[in-house]
Parts: sequence; structure tokens; C-alpha cells
Amino acid sequence: MKRYFHEELEDVRSNLMLMGEKSVEITNSAMKAMLEGDQVLAEKIIKSDDVINDIETQIDDEVARYISLRAPVARDLRLLFVAVKASHDLERVGDEASSVAKRTIKILTEGPIGPSLGQVPKMCELAVSMLKEALQSFIQEDENIAYSIIKRDKEVDSLNRENFSQFVELMKQDPSTVATCTEMVFVSKSFERIADHAKNIAEEVYYLLTSQSLKEVIRAEKQGR
Amino acid sequence: MPVMEDRLENKTRMDATNVESPPDEKNRSLIKISDFDFFYGDKQALFDINMDIAEKEVTAFIGPSGCGKSTLLRCINRMNDLIEIARIGRGDVRVNGVDIYDPRVDATVLRKRVGMVFQKSNPFPKSIYENVVYGLRIQGISKKSVLDDAVEKCLKGAALWEEVSDRLDTSGLSLSGGQQQRLCIARALAVEPDILLMDEPCSALDPVATAKVEELIHSLKNDYTIVIVTHNMQQAARVSDRTAFFYMGKLIEMNATDQMFMSPNNEQTEAYISGRFG
Ligand SMILES: Nc1ncnc2c1ncn2[C@@H]1O[C@H](COP(=O)(O)OP(=O)(O)OP(=O)(O)O)[C@@H](O)[C@H]1O
Ligand SMILES: [Mg+2]
Repeated sequence: MKRYFHEELEDVRSNLMLMGEKSVEITNSAMKAMLEGDQVLAEKIIKSDDVINDIETQIDDEVARYISLRAPVARDLRLLFVAVKASHDLERVGDEASSVAKRTIKILTEGPIGPSLGQVPKMCELAVSMLKEALQSFIQEDENIAYSIIKRDKEVDSLNRENFSQFVELMKQDPSTVATCTEMVFVSKSFERIADHAKNIAEEVYYLLTSQSLKEVIRAEKQGR
Repeated sequence: MPVMEDRLENKTRMDATNVESPPDEKNRSLIKISDFDFFYGDKQALFDINMDIAEKEVTAFIGPSGCGKSTLLRCINRMNDLIEIARIGRGDVRVNGVDIYDPRVDATVLRKRVGMVFQKSNPFPKSIYENVVYGLRIQGISKKSVLDDAVEKCLKGAALWEEVSDRLDTSGLSLSGGQQQRLCIARALAVEPDILLMDEPCSALDPVATAKVEELIHSLKNDYTIVIVTHNMQQAARVSDRTAFFYMGKLIEMNATDQMFMSPNNEQTEAYISGRFG
């Protein structure tokens, strides 16, 4: 039997999806602002972070209310836990994107961004695709998608390490790039963090769908081999 | 006194001094209890109760056994008149602005406006059909088409029609507990009350039957003002818009149900709803 209050769970779900869309959008925009040296867009991103924060607060309120009033169990309860955790991850994605936008503005005061982008655009592409797929696994209730995301996190990590060496090298060769390259080290780190959050969401969704810990599953697989 | 009764039934415009808020405003107060003390013999059961019960909302009464929930509920349709030693010490209960203990108010008319559903479902040993039309027959209505319509409408209203429409002639007692409870709700609906009082309507039901009655309560609040006494805190949280917590005959806190269960104002309320009482 579907109860009248089950619609409230749908509200939580759709708020989480909305938040996911906003996070993807803000991450893409942060990259765009950097590539195009668009200061106006960068400033817009910093402001729009509030929208994401507001949705997180709303999700928290809805979850607290549902737990207090509806005595959820089993999958309904897991959904609420996942909503709180995933929305926190998405909120952090928003923070990282807006930090990239702030650094873009700083770099632009030094001059055009030029050749020192390293692997950052590639990282962004990967991080965004991970985010999108994490959300897709939630929407389609497909734990296999969640599972497949985990491996790609390693790729992003190694690109981040590659960037680091490259930026350090650049600074050595041309000390006038120190300010910009230092910012870029942090920018690279931000995209690496975004990918981490996408991975966390994938783990959370996996738990929602299977009530198993994805970390445990992967550990068990490794030992089995 | 016809004027009194009409006012109770909301047929005539109430005189301005009796109107608490404009009649058309949503969630206006329909039942107003003021400075109300109530006794069984020498023993005081209710102390200085003040509350407003909003129209077309579900209000839940909660509190430990013996705190006076049923007593107060019965005061709203004068069921306590039937108890010899019961008496009001002070204060009044107003329904739609009318003091229901005014000697000019006819208790039978009042109970037509303010229906009651009891803890134990108590269908009469008659057919399902006769159970529903019981109140209408008492009113002298005997036209078959009118009664037929009422049976269908009320059984649908009580979410029971689909389960019993092919056996209206069988005894009400042949139904399951949950069905009997919904039959009693259908019987209460037949006289077209404005207010439904329910005293632990689900306490004898299993979770599925309980869920059905809760769904029913949720849908009925579009048309009725409902006051429900329940021992099941989760039920109060699920079905009600406002919750009143009583302790030892006193109203300790009344608040929006969200607020009550998420951050009650009173420490005793908090202790009770979180199971830390006593
Ligand atoms: N008919 C009666 N005669 C005398 N005392 C009564 C009568 N009915 C109730 N009382 C007393 O009034 C007080 C309030 O009783 P009431 O039935 O209203 O409590 P309640 O909150 O509904 O409890 P429960 O949750 O157990 O149904 C109790 O102390 C009870 O003993
Ligand atoms: Mg009682």
C-alpha cells in the first residue's frame, strides 16, 4: 500500500536530483570561466553556490522531519541517510567549484591564463562524468553504474599528481609563473576533490541499493583474487 | 431552541460577538475550550484546559493513561452527560461559537454534528446496510433511494465500499476488525457530522488495517474536523496536523505536530514523546 506520506520521500529524492544537476552545472561553468578567462561568469558561480547550500539545508530539514514523524525503516531509512550524506558531498562540490572560480579571478588579475592549464580540463571532464554517473545510478537505481565509477577515481588522482609535477617544473623554469602555478596546484586539487565526492556518492548509492558497503565488496573481491 | 441548533449546524450567520474569526478563513477555530475544569464526583479529572481546535484539521490527543484524553474528548459531544457523577467545575466548550453546555442546546442535535468513533468497533448485530443507515432511520428517513445513496457514499467515504458492496445484507459482525472499524466510521459519517471524535480507533487493529484507517483519516480531513486520541505516538505524528499533550489532567503543550515531534517547547512533552517518561 502506498501511504500519503510516501510522497514526501519523493520530494527528498527530487531535491537531491536537483542539487546534483546544479553541482554538475557549477563544475562545468567553473572550468568554462577558467578556459575563457571569463571573470563575470566566475563571479556568477561564486554567488550561485548559495543556491546549492539552500537545497542542502532543505534536504536536511525534510529528512529530519520524515525521521521524526514517519518512523521510516529499511530502504526508506537508507534513502534518508543517503540523502543527507550525498547532499553534503554535493554541497562540497559546490564549494570546490566556487573555490576554482575565486582562483580564476585571482589568476586573471596576473594576466591571461595561457599554457599553464596542465591536465586540469581533462580532470574536470572526468570528474563531471563521474558526478553525472553517480546521479544516474541513483535515478536509475542501478548499482552497476555506481560500481564502475570507483575505478575512474584513480585516474583523476594520477592526473592530479601529473599536474603537480608539471606545475612545479614550470615554476622552476620561469619564476614569474609562481603565483599562477600555485593557484593551479589548488585548482587541480579542487577537481580531484570533486571526483572524490562523486566517488563517495557512488558508494552511498550502492549502499542504498544493496545495503552493502562498496568498499567492503571491492576489498573482498581483491582478496578473492 | 431552534436558533441555538441552527447556529450549531452553521445554518445561520452567527451573531458577531460569538464569531472568533471570520467563518470562511481556513483553519479557523471550530472548537474552543476555555478555562475548563471537570470532575468525576470529588475527583478532578481536567484542570483549566484552554485550547482551540482548528476546522478541517486532524488534532491528536496524546499522554499517559489516565491523563484525561478520553474525558476531554467526551466533553466535546457531551458523552459525559451519561455519567452520573460527571460535572463541569468551570469554563466552557464552544462548537462553532455555541456554548454546548447551554441548557438550550439539545445533546442529540449536538451529537449529530459531533460524531464519535470508539476504541472498540461496535457494529450492531444487523446487516452492513442497516448499520450505516442506523442514524438516518432514527431521524425518520425511510425513503429507499435516499438510504441507498447514503450507504454507497458513506462506505466509499470510509474506504470500505469495494470490500463489501456485494454483501451489504450480511451481518456487520461478520467483518474483520479493521473492516468493522471502518463500518463504524461509515455509520458516523451517515448523519453528516462536521466533527469526528475518535478514541483510539486503531488500538485493536493490525498494522495493515491501521494503515487503512490512517489513510482514511487523512482523506476525511478535507471535509471533517477530526480529533483523535491515540496511544501510538507514531500514529499521532503520521495523521495529525496539531498535537496536544496531556499529563495528569492538564494540557501541557499543544503545537503543530512537526514542531511537537521535532522540537517540543516543554521538557515533559520531550520526555514523553522520546520514551523517557516516569
Ligand atoms: N466514568 C468515570 N468515573 C470516574 N472516574 C473516571 C471515569 N472515567 C474516567 N475517570 C477518571 O478520570 C481520569 C481520566 O480518565 P480518562 O479515561 O479520561 O483517561 P485517558 O487519558 O483516556 O486514559 P487511557 O489512555 O487509559 O484511555 C482517570 O483518573 C480516570 O480514573
Ligand atoms: Mg482513554
